[in-house]
Amino acid sequence: MQQEHQIPIWFFVGLLLTIYGMLIFGAGIYNWIYPPANVKLTGLHADVWWGILLLAIGLIYIGKFRPSKK
Amino acid sequence: MTPFKYFCAIILLLVFFAPIANAAAAAPSESNHLLSLSKIDMVIIAIYFVVVLAIGFYLKKFASTGEDFFMAGRKMTAWIAGLSFISANLSSLETMGWSAMAYQYGMLGAHAYLIGAIPAILFLAVVMMPFYYICRTHSVPGYLKLRYGEGARTLAGISFTFLTVMVSGASMFAMAKILNLLLGWDMNVSIWASSITVAIYVFLGGLLSAVFNEVLQFFLIWLGTLLIPILGIISAGGWTKMMETVQKNATIVHPNLQNADFTSLWRNLGSFDTNPMGIDWFGMVFGLGLAVSFGYWCTDFLQVQRVIVAKNLRSAQNGTVIGATLKMLVPIIVTIPGLLGLAVLLNSDGSPMILVPESDVRANITHRTFNDVLPLLMGQYLGPGLLGLGVTAMIAGFMSGMAGNVSAFATVWTYDVYRPLIYKKGGDKHYLNMGRWCSVLGVLISIGTAYALFYFSNILEFLQVLVFFFIVPLFGTVILGMLWKRATPAAGFWGFLAAIIVSMSMWVYVHTFPEGSKPQPMVVVGNNAVVNTLEENGKILQVVVESGQVRTTNVEIAIDEQKKTASGHYTLQKAVTLKGDSNLRVLVPDAIKVDTKQNVKFGAEGATVVLNPDVKIDASYVSKKFDAAAFNFDHTKYIARSKKAQPMAVNMYSALWSLVVCLSVTVAVSAFTKPKPDAELKNLVMGLTDIPDEGPAPWYDNPKLWASVVLIALIIINIIFW
Repeated sequence: MQQEHQIPIWFFVGLLLTIYGMLIFGAGIYNWIYPPANVKLTGLHADVWWGILLLAIGLIYIGKFRPSKK
Repeated sequence: MTPFKYFCAIILLLVFFAPIANAAAAAPSESNHLLSLSKIDMVIIAIYFVVVLAIGFYLKKFASTGEDFFMAGRKMTAWIAGLSFISANLSSLETMGWSAMAYQYGMLGAHAYLIGAIPAILFLAVVMMPFYYICRTHSVPGYLKLRYGEGARTLAGISFTFLTVMVSGASMFAMAKILNLLLGWDMNVSIWASSITVAIYVFLGGLLSAVFNEVLQFFLIWLGTLLIPILGIISAGGWTKMMETVQKNATIVHPNLQNADFTSLWRNLGSFDTNPMGIDWFGMVFGLGLAVSFGYWCTDFLQVQRVIVAKNLRSAQNGTVIGATLKMLVPIIVTIPGLLGLAVLLNSDGSPMILVPESDVRANITHRTFNDVLPLLMGQYLGPGLLGLGVTAMIAGFMSGMAGNVSAFATVWTYDVYRPLIYKKGGDKHYLNMGRWCSVLGVLISIGTAYALFYFSNILEFLQVLVFFFIVPLFGTVILGMLWKRATPAAGFWGFLAAIIVSMSMWVYVHTFPEGSKPQPMVVVGNNAVVNTLEENGKILQVVVESGQVRTTNVEIAIDEQKKTASGHYTLQKAVTLKGDSNLRVLVPDAIKVDTKQNVKFGAEGATVVLNPDVKIDASYVSKKFDAAAFNFDHTKYIARSKKAQPMAVNMYSALWSLVVCLSVTVAVSAFTKPKPDAELKNLVMGLTDIPDEGPAPWYDNPKLWASVVLIALIIINIIFW
């Protein structure tokens, strides 16, 4: 995994979580305005803060393991 | 790879993904399927497929030798090894299955992650890993070759390769079935899309691809499901309130288990009838905690492969300890959702929703099954976006599980079957190519097994326990080989073989019925038949079939004054009443209600059935001497020490006896046969192996220290939830 020139797995993890974080955060804002039917506890807006959490973890991993750093 | 090639690959991936999107789009939006995905969910799933395939293409250049392809270059860090080790076992079947177990067995389900895993994983890290690592074996059968010789290795290699791909096929079939039931996806598309994806990325990057995907899956499965216990506990009013509701509702959901305590780990194991599993502490400690657990975690090559490829022994040991720590946390996303199923899944009137086993007459008709507990909670708490992440985690779990099986298959087949038995003179390039094509072959055999299960679904249960028969004897053979230098090559082979035979014999014995096993009497009303029902307090007391067809099994029908029969085809001349003893099951998958002309479906047990004149009957009488789906409790009492033992308890005790047989036969045969000289056992057996000095390391890099910390944490958890 630490082979020279090989992008670390953690970078891919960060990339995927960043994309998912953005999408889920966006979906959360939409669901805030138009709450989905048949879903409980929508008032907690879990998707908004979960999206932010994913985005934060993703960005940390990208920042720490981006290939250019090698 | 040039940017242009990357572009082409991405376009290919998107074209490849189109059938999945079509299959999903073809699923009716207003249907009985449990979950309904929105466009954002589909985008999230699509991105996962694109990313894993892109990683596969990217990693191809790093898998240019056999060591790279089969062993990921032996360059893994402790964290990657640990995450991969635990993810290889955290498939979706595991999360859904053990959530279902927690719904069925309560808190006892958590033992699979505590006493049923942690001591064994720590034992692997501290005691066994040095031997696996120092002898530089590429597989567990490879260790058997070095320790005992060709006989034990061949037996282990051949059994492992075929069982691995067959179990992989069984998982694939289960995945397709689950996606079909949950989302309405076409089963063929699910099987082929996931298989081709796995085949491509394992073909390209070998174990490295599999490990990368397992690490990705680890994050997905945690981030995709962790919200369920968080929101569920909030919804239940906190932990204490949730546990009170669990115990209260458990007696309603499982009416035949009134004495059982669903909320504790140990205090309900004093006798067989105070817990929902029908087991005592002895079976739990020695069956699960010793035989099953040590067999699975210490010798199942799928698991061991993940850590023996670490960059040095210390990383391999620390990776395994990290795996143990993460394993101990899994009940948060598996056991708690199962318990939440008893507390927060409610009908519209506020009563607890009753889930039933797959074998129940009402399963998937009027009632959801135990296996649906996790998806039901996903549907209840996850809105668009989060639901896509949850379903992606599920698909990722299936696919990385399959990739793990296929990469382990390729390694063992190439190194332990093909090279020693078929073609010894090949170079590294030859075996690398063999490994690549074996990955594809492994996927194709898995697909074949999955399709076979379409027609022979009753062997699914058999396939799932088959590996279990094999790994427990394997553990007995390996551990004696590691700890006792007197164990001889002949003893290794015969002890292993005897235990496999005994293991399978016990399985046959508990499913054998000398007097014949008669499936419960059942009436299945044909589609579009016209029916009427008489109900009281929501319970169906009588079903009247006005016209149409019915199929009966083991139901005696009085055709006229003289003749009673339970088999044959005929049309009724006069009305017949089938008295509903508590045993008679009635299944109505799609009929028309006589008064409302509406389509109805339901299942009932113990109702009286009236068949009016002109109803066509297809009656059959079934009695089986062997039934893989049923347990003979007169026989299980000799294996599991109680007639009350549930299937899980029977498996645990069978594993224990299998281990006892393996150890006894190996010791006995060793007494009469010649051991290997000490010189040949160097670096393979305790007492003849020098642990290499890997140089000074800081205190926080000491695996024994962390193993002790994890062990103390395990004890504390068991005391808290005693």
